[in-house]
Amino acid sequence: MNRRNLLATAALGLGLSFGGAAFAESHAKTKACFVYVGPIGDGGWTYQHHQGALAVQEAFGDKVEIAYQENVPEGADAERVLTQMALSGCNIIFTTSFGYMDQTNAVAAKFPDVKFEHATGYKREYPNVSTYNARFYEGRAVQGLIAGRMTKSNKIGYIASFPIPEVIMGINSYYLNAKKVNPAVELSIVWAFTWFDPAKEADAAKALIDQGVDVIASHTDSTAPLAEAAKTDGAVIGFGQASDMAEYKDGPRVSSIIDNWAPYYVKRVGALMDGTYEQADTWDGIAGGEVEIGEITDRVPAEVKAEAEALRDAIAAGTYHPFTGPIKKQDGSDWLAEGEVASDGDLLGMGFYVEGIVGDIPK
Amino acid sequence: MLRLEKRPSPSAFWEKASPFLAVILTMIAGGIMFWILGKNPFEAIRTIFWDPLFNDQFASYSRPQLLVKAAPLILIAIGLSLGFRAGVWNIGAEGQYIMGAIFCAAAGLAVYPVESRLVFPVMIVAGALGGFLWAMIPAILKTVFRTNEILVSLLLVYVAQNILAMMALGALRNPEGGGFPGSRNLSQIPAMANPELIAGTGMHWGVVAAFMAVIAGYILLQRHILGFQIKLAGQAPRAARFAGVSPARLVILCLGISGALAGLAGMFEVTGPAGQISIDFNVGYGFTAIIVAFLGRLNPVGILFAGLLMALTYIGGELAQFMLGLPSAAIQAFQGMLLFFLLATDLLTNFRIRLGQRKAA
Repeated sequence: MNRRNLLATAALGLGLSFGGAAFAESHAKTKACFVYVGPIGDGGWTYQHHQGALAVQEAFGDKVEIAYQENVPEGADAERVLTQMALSGCNIIFTTSFGYMDQTNAVAAKFPDVKFEHATGYKREYPNVSTYNARFYEGRAVQGLIAGRMTKSNKIGYIASFPIPEVIMGINSYYLNAKKVNPAVELSIVWAFTWFDPAKEADAAKALIDQGVDVIASHTDSTAPLAEAAKTDGAVIGFGQASDMAEYKDGPRVSSIIDNWAPYYVKRVGALMDGTYEQADTWDGIAGGEVEIGEITDRVPAEVKAEAEALRDAIAAGTYHPFTGPIKKQDGSDWLAEGEVASDGDLLGMGFYVEGIVGDIPK
Repeated sequence: MLRLEKRPSPSAFWEKASPFLAVILTMIAGGIMFWILGKNPFEAIRTIFWDPLFNDQFASYSRPQLLVKAAPLILIAIGLSLGFRAGVWNIGAEGQYIMGAIFCAAAGLAVYPVESRLVFPVMIVAGALGGFLWAMIPAILKTVFRTNEILVSLLLVYVAQNILAMMALGALRNPEGGGFPGSRNLSQIPAMANPELIAGTGMHWGVVAAFMAVIAGYILLQRHILGFQIKLAGQAPRAARFAGVSPARLVILCLGISGALAGLAGMFEVTGPAGQISIDFNVGYGFTAIIVAFLGRLNPVGILFAGLLMALTYIGGELAQFMLGLPSAAIQAFQGMLLFFLLATDLLTNFRIRLGQRKAA
């Protein structure tokens, strides 16, 4: 079933439910709804969440109905969109950006029978709110290793979105694991203050390239940084972010972090359908399949590729943690002692750079 | 060869009727677009214009939301319309809206956690002041150095956005927010909140202020000497000068009033529906209000209805997106068509299309 048919089916289903019959009907068919911060066509973050939504449809066929809305601003509008979704008979609503946190909880208070699932947040103020996230810093460690090995200028770059722990965690993991294999490496960070804005993302990539950076990682949602790197005739490489971004495989993309939400979405919707659903706070990584490392291309020498894959497997097996001491904070104070591993609490509240990173976190 | 020829006396009927024609043309062209996208155009148009008002399932919620969404648009558009009538082009209401919100939040949070009935009125004044001061920059630059207020006010929007990001990450950041950007949630602090006044109506102080602005705007233009001067300056600048209207004073007044109203809109938004200063607090009300002002014929009552119509396309557009799976870009294109057809029908009200070369006079 292609996407258009699928949507037409969803629309038809809704058409039938007009006139107040929605609540009666909603028990026969589970309705899963998704709120996206960007357009599905971003090729990154939102695209992957939508793949997860399509997987739910695939898994349960006629028993579920999917509805979604793109480009929902993280503010007052989100609350209205969520309320309208709940009113339209959604049984479970996935809000797929950090900025929906307060709105998700506010609307959840008004609709106790609807389940809310908030991605990357930490507030679960009502029993019907669950949160889920993925350990992206594990993927960042693999990228850091590749960056440290591949850079010729010893300057690597990071396009950061917002100075929240999630992003700072990624920067630190990327830097630590690059430095481990290449002590001379320097990291430049550009803050874009957006999740999705191809023009700003391209500008940020340009600024990094102008500084002599030759490996770029990004924490924003579009393919613009890769498109910018592609203009350098192979001098600069980068990574697919959130999605594989395979269309740049022949160009600058040497690997990627793929957010695979499908197993989680299928599991949660399935649990709701068979009555085993419970409030949860999920944070899986490479081991759980939520974070995948996209194919490492031939531009990376075989021994580096093998090293990166070994790191990935070690993280998955639990024998290596990207944040293993000794690690000092940027200001020189001690954070982790020799052999000590960062606690989840430390990671989720991370508000500092590790030693060696130059610059300040925007205040 | 097509060319435009100015009509000697534009039809009074079409001057009033062109917004209605523009809405109908938008429905037709938008319907064709939805049809090309594989949707039922009638269902799409019904979802956008009818369901938010009359659908059993949604209307009780979305009807009040119409007021919430329309209030800032109306408040800003009323201020802009005064300037637009006088030929003072304030394009930067978005920036004034942001500064109003920042000033108001800063004033409120400075005294946190004082619980006093006086906090909210002080925040109202601070909000209006923030917008007013931000609008004074282009006003003074224009009157003293003759800079172009269109450019200055527009560019100051981007300055304001950066100040907003700075505030959300720095001075106004919630110290109990775990390091995340954004201020405390003002709508959850009783002394600062701008709540729904009557449950289930969507009516908050910003809606009240918008209605008051409509009435004040109407009286000003119909009954007050300043309204007369504004209209005169726009229609016949030289005559206005002979009549003793000071252009500099008018620039300051028009920008000042529109800035203060935009600041108020930001103030009511940040204490109510939005709740907090965040990096992406502004969602374009200041720019959309320009469309609302013209759609309402720069007339206060017209602006009231134009604001409600614009709010309807937003809320109905959201419904259409997830009910019918329309892409959000299609809804934005649909809203853009409204401005396009409005400008086109206005143009044809004032000009006629002639075929062939202009004859030598």
